[in-house]
Amino acid sequence: MSTVDFRAELAKAGANVDSRWSALAFFARRYPLGAIGAAIMALFVFAAIFAPLITLYDPLTTNASLSLARPSAAHWLGCDFMGRDVYSRIVYGARISLAVGIGATLLGGGIGVLIGLSSGYFGGWLDLAAQRLIDILQSLPLIVMALLMAASLGPSLHNTIIAISIALIPSSARVVRASTLSLRELQFVEAARAIGMSEVRIAVRHVLPNTLAPLIVLGTAQLGATILIEATLSFLGLGVPEPHPSWGRMLSESAAEYVRTAPWLVIFPGLAISAVVFGTNLLGDAVRDILDPRQRG
Amino acid sequence: MPSTANALNLRPPESAPAAAAPVVEVAGLRKYFPLKKGLLRRTAGYVRAVDDVSFAIARGETLGLVGESGCGKSTVARTLMRLIEPTAGSIKINGQDVTRLGKRALRPHRRQMQIIFQDPFSSLNPRMTAGDIVGEPLKIHGLTQSRARHERVAELFEQVGLRAQQINSFPHQFSGGQRQRICIARALALSPQLIVADEPVSALDVSIQAQVINLMMDLQRQKQLSYLFIAHDLAVVEHISHRVAVMYLGRIVEYADKATLFTDPRHPYTEALLAAVPVPNPRIARKKLLLPGDVPSPVNPPPGCSFHTRCPYAEARCRIERPLLREVAPGHHVACHLR
Repeated sequence: MSTVDFRAELAKAGANVDSRWSALAFFARRYPLGAIGAAIMALFVFAAIFAPLITLYDPLTTNASLSLARPSAAHWLGCDFMGRDVYSRIVYGARISLAVGIGATLLGGGIGVLIGLSSGYFGGWLDLAAQRLIDILQSLPLIVMALLMAASLGPSLHNTIIAISIALIPSSARVVRASTLSLRELQFVEAARAIGMSEVRIAVRHVLPNTLAPLIVLGTAQLGATILIEATLSFLGLGVPEPHPSWGRMLSESAAEYVRTAPWLVIFPGLAISAVVFGTNLLGDAVRDILDPRQRG
Repeated sequence: MPSTANALNLRPPESAPAAAAPVVEVAGLRKYFPLKKGLLRRTAGYVRAVDDVSFAIARGETLGLVGESGCGKSTVARTLMRLIEPTAGSIKINGQDVTRLGKRALRPHRRQMQIIFQDPFSSLNPRMTAGDIVGEPLKIHGLTQSRARHERVAELFEQVGLRAQQINSFPHQFSGGQRQRICIARALALSPQLIVADEPVSALDVSIQAQVINLMMDLQRQKQLSYLFIAHDLAVVEHISHRVAVMYLGRIVEYADKATLFTDPRHPYTEALLAAVPVPNPRIARKKLLLPGDVPSPVNPPPGCSFHTRCPYAEARCRIERPLLREVAPGHHVACHLR
């Protein structure tokens, strides 16, 4: 893939930039939605990293007298059934949700890309075998697949990431394989062969970069889905185990029982999940455009 | 007789071209694509895309290869470049047989031959800058130092008439003609002796075609390049070629030097092709020679002369016996029973 000379690119786009910050400001002006997405993600990443500094209560400490306390000046987002501060749990939950979301998306996407690229580019029996494997994986719904994996691996943060990433492999493998099939017939691939480039290098340097656009869109959509799957797994006791705060479990635990009596238990974790999904989608669209020379103009 | 001839010919005549080995020599080249049918992918037959094609190209010479769509021109180009494997025949580059060389062994020979494709839009990777595209062959063949590579790329840009400032531009920022110049620069990067040009101007506007053709001819003069120039546009082929070969259904049916072929075509197919070239003068009455029917399928080529189904002169013999290429005049080869 070409190394993008951002300085030259920016100058060509008419940006008057002399520092990293003004370059950032330029991108923000050019892709306002992407900037919003980046800001949302930055907020959550910040919360995840500095969780102890921006919360007043321990997310695991229970307090029976505060059970189902309404949002107040002391507990901004209220307390749950066990009297744990919801705000603290959401802030600490960002660590788990982001770790699962980003980890599973990258792991599953990476394996999917490897399978999709090699099966699409090299074809033959490799393609046949890989595609049948993908068929099997895909014959089960995403959630059932993740359940199956999680159940066999046992509940823990690592296993949740692995379980979900396996469930994510088929879609990215399919997307990459589909674009690879059309790309490998293009003449720049033949031209690369004519100059004596090895097949693996052609696949990585000429084919892979051109499959990025759909992959990034898929990846950002999957990041959201991943957090939701984690929620389901945790709800069923197969995900991140209690008492660690996970947005998904906070949401699903309280959705049935407390939605009428203590709606803050449902609303705030739900908002956190929606915000992250929304943010990743906005950011993903902008990243796709920035990485595509044709969109950069 | 041989001894006297040798005695008299101690020195070759001054005017004769250096009788060096041809840059490329193709003999009996065949490419059959298997047709797979049914669940078990049995081979049900073969598409005879290229069937016994032989030619040689000398240093600094252009061989034009013409014929209608689907006659196997591009397959000849791709097989010659070893982008697809030949079914039979041999390809010699500078006297060395490269037909059966493995990938690694072939790599040094790739420097000797490069290809330019028809579609300047799909032949450049949209995500690489023009400079990276042109520099890539250099990188593969060991010019890894980026400063030196950059200098060479700038030099190549100048040679093909692109501005050095355009090095960091992406393919979509160029016009079709400029993109074809980038392709030419990439092909030139390794200083090859042979460039296979597979319809290099067919996708371009007429005014741009002339520029690209002239560029190719200038480069040929400067660098003593040999071209295999594939086209279906006879005017273009006449302009650039020294010799011309006409292909029909995977075979060469006639080949001669340019002047002979265009003034004295022997094969009925060549006649028909030439008669179809538009003449930019409405007063000149032209011999109408419309060929009936379509090109037969290369899966099931007709017996005898493959052209007999459309030939206005076909006789009984043509339907049975395949005519071989024979020399009807010095350097003029025709595969026809009647001429």
